[in-house]
Amino acid sequence: MTMLLEAVEVTKAFGGVVANERISLAVPQGAIVGLIGPNGSGKTTLFNAITGAHAIDAGAIRFKGKDISRLLTGDIARAGIIRTYQQPRVYGGLTARENMRISASIRRAPFIRLFTRPRGDVEAYMDELLDFVGLAEKMDARAGDLSFGQQKLLELAMALANEPEMLLMDEPTAGINPVLIDGVIDRLKAARAELGLTLLIIEHNMPVIMDLAEHIYCLAHGKLLAEGPPGEIQSDARVLEAYLGAA
Amino acid sequence: MQGGRALTPKRLVLLAGLLAIGIAAPLVLPGYQLQLTELLLFMVFALAWDLVGGQMGYNSFGNVLFVGLGMYASAIVQVGLFYDVGLYNEARGGGTDFVFDASQFLSGLALGIPAAVLVSALAAWLLGSLVLTMRGHYFAICTLGLGIAAGQVAAGIPWIGAGSGMLTPNPPESLGDETLLLYYLALGLAIACALSFAWLLSARFGLALNAIRDDEDKAEAMGLRTHAVKVTAWVIAAGFLGAAGAIYGNLVRFIDPTQTAFAGATIGVWMILMALLGGKGTLLGPIVGAVVFQITKELFWTYLLGWQRVGLGLLIILVAVFFPSGIVGFVRERSAAKGRAGEQSP
Amino acid sequence: MIGNLLILHEAPALALQLAIDGILIGAVFALAAYGMALVWGVTNIINVAQGEFVMLGGFIAVIGAEHGIPVLLAVPLAAACLYALGWVLYYAVIVHLVGRDMFNSVLATFGIAIVLQQLMAHVFGGADRIAVAGLGSWFFLDGLVVVDKMKVLVFAACIALGVGLALFLFRSRRGQAIRAVAQRPEAASVLGIDTRKVYGLTFALNAAICGAAGALAATYTVHPYGGLSYTIRAFMIVVVAGLGNLAGVIWAALGLGVAESFAGFVLGPQYQIAFVFALLVAILVFRNWRLRRQRRYLA
Repeated sequence: MTMLLEAVEVTKAFGGVVANERISLAVPQGAIVGLIGPNGSGKTTLFNAITGAHAIDAGAIRFKGKDISRLLTGDIARAGIIRTYQQPRVYGGLTARENMRISASIRRAPFIRLFTRPRGDVEAYMDELLDFVGLAEKMDARAGDLSFGQQKLLELAMALANEPEMLLMDEPTAGINPVLIDGVIDRLKAARAELGLTLLIIEHNMPVIMDLAEHIYCLAHGKLLAEGPPGEIQSDARVLEAYLGAA
Repeated sequence: MQGGRALTPKRLVLLAGLLAIGIAAPLVLPGYQLQLTELLLFMVFALAWDLVGGQMGYNSFGNVLFVGLGMYASAIVQVGLFYDVGLYNEARGGGTDFVFDASQFLSGLALGIPAAVLVSALAAWLLGSLVLTMRGHYFAICTLGLGIAAGQVAAGIPWIGAGSGMLTPNPPESLGDETLLLYYLALGLAIACALSFAWLLSARFGLALNAIRDDEDKAEAMGLRTHAVKVTAWVIAAGFLGAAGAIYGNLVRFIDPTQTAFAGATIGVWMILMALLGGKGTLLGPIVGAVVFQITKELFWTYLLGWQRVGLGLLIILVAVFFPSGIVGFVRERSAAKGRAGEQSP
Repeated sequence: MIGNLLILHEAPALALQLAIDGILIGAVFALAAYGMALVWGVTNIINVAQGEFVMLGGFIAVIGAEHGIPVLLAVPLAAACLYALGWVLYYAVIVHLVGRDMFNSVLATFGIAIVLQQLMAHVFGGADRIAVAGLGSWFFLDGLVVVDKMKVLVFAACIALGVGLALFLFRSRRGQAIRAVAQRPEAASVLGIDTRKVYGLTFALNAAICGAAGALAATYTVHPYGGLSYTIRAFMIVVVAGLGNLAGVIWAALGLGVAESFAGFVLGPQYQIAFVFALLVAILVFRNWRLRRQRRYLA
């Protein structure tokens, strides 16, 4: 089993607060891995470290065997790691459809492609993705005018449109209409099966993550608390205490 | 947002009508040829500013740098092809020693304008790689400093006339009215600018610009080559600014390093005002803004003589504070509100 | 230029003169920078008209000197006038800009700068003016180094003003209100501080500081179009020092004064301003490059 992403003893402090302390985790190619833990345990900080939003103080992060801990965000994205955010980030001044157009996978294409219009089948795929997340009627709406949940779905569609090798998702189901969540889960599983997409997901929604993930890491107070398959994690006393006892 | 609209027959007729007006205008209003030419050049200034400012979110206060570079580059080529530039400037460009006949004048222009484009684009490429790594107000003040500094440096170079400036070649009598020639050159440039920008903005490049404006970090994180996009946009804008500067230099005849070429407090900020007034981030906005501005400027010059710059300064304040979405923005908001009101149904 | 560098090498006394001149004027820059940092930190507005406020203060001192008012008395006079102007501008323009996109405030204050510039040119004419103090000079090193007594007085006055300002901000209730709003506007508002008034006070205070600095700078030179270079200097100093770093402002300001002084000699006075602007670009680019290596950027 080849490891697509590896974090080795990653440490990051902000001022006096150690947000990540010697965190190590590994995500195999084609796997769906979950990252859980109470608020403030350092999950998003770890995501930021992986995607290049900030530098790490110590440790290493490897993607496909290559160290990416000093690369800038753009290079990491072009290497194949895309992420979604807790607070959805979309291009507010553009329509939903335009958001999709500019997210479509042109990152591997030469720069000159920006001056062309997208191919017909690419456009059709964009529209299909938008339809899948339930935004078919909002295609020409200004992304900034969409609701929180709609923006989250748009962001997810944009991420999928980018055809990443690995997708980091920060609380993907938070704020989404529960009716749509099952569909999202199915789509993610399908993306893994058909496209070989690897997923690392931060979630608070326990039923979702236990269903989706094959392996789960639990963080608390910046440290790695426990790891294992969902069944084990669910009954791990330390994990339960971290959530219930978290002050 | 693009609003990439198809070329309906109605639109074609509209555009053809505008073209006809453009061609006929200086003949119908001969007394205003200078102002009309200026208007066309202002449109280019405003459009070019808006490409990087309104569309991409990088509000440059120093685009006048490229206008000035274009002015000087063209003038130098126009003179330098036939005479020694240094000597020309020592003699203040006038007199009987430095005469340009029709073919010399025309060939000078024909080579000068492309030279202006090249020089400005090259400067944009070199500077952009450094300066476009900065964001927001850092970028704004930095470009402001660059624009003004260029004027100071130019004022210190005797070869191009130093503080006394440089005269563009005297158009020969045999050519007739050179303002008319410059008008049609400007018209061609303005049309080229508007058309090429319309195309750029309808392609993914336009979306890339807007994405950078709306959330540059997100665009980076989605794999967009933001630096390449930024530099490209700036180089394109600079090219057009240089060409417009070349024509403008020949229009005003006298290139003063701080008052004309690198005039930060006049042309430099006027192009921002025009784009803002018309509506930044739109294709129509800078064009409309240029028209409204030019009319206002002429009115101020006529009725507020002596205080016209104060008037324009006040206008800048008013627009920045109370009318930042501009005319096009205002119209769009009104029609969007009407649309929403119409949509409300139980 | 090389020739000038050689001269410096051979006459160290000249280098000393340039350094002293730079330090003395640097104090004036420091005041202007401190005021800009104050407004920036509290209202998040960059006042592009900062230099014009300074020039206005200078003109008041110059006109005062022509009517027999000693320069040091002109300082509080200029400060008072600019304080009033600051409040007027605040309620007319600035109050609408707080909390909005910085571009609007940069453009609007640029508009104010243009208006003030043109008004000054109209009223005072376009020529350079100096408020001559006539206090004489000290001579050192056999007369090779000349130190204007007035300039030393100006330096001392700047320091005094700076100290007074710091005391005001840290000891007085109004000053503490300003600092509270700078750190947490919502919290300050909930605690009953009228943030609108505090923003206004900050802006007017900055204007007063600039007025005082300008009156002091009148002993050097004043002219209607000299404002922009002061604005750029202030901005540069704040960027180098970092918002909220008072000691840094002083070092950066004195350093800039010295650098400019040497540049003016080596490159020639006509390139002095260009040097300042080019230095700003260089500093910003360097700063940003350093941050990029830590995956950050200037914001």
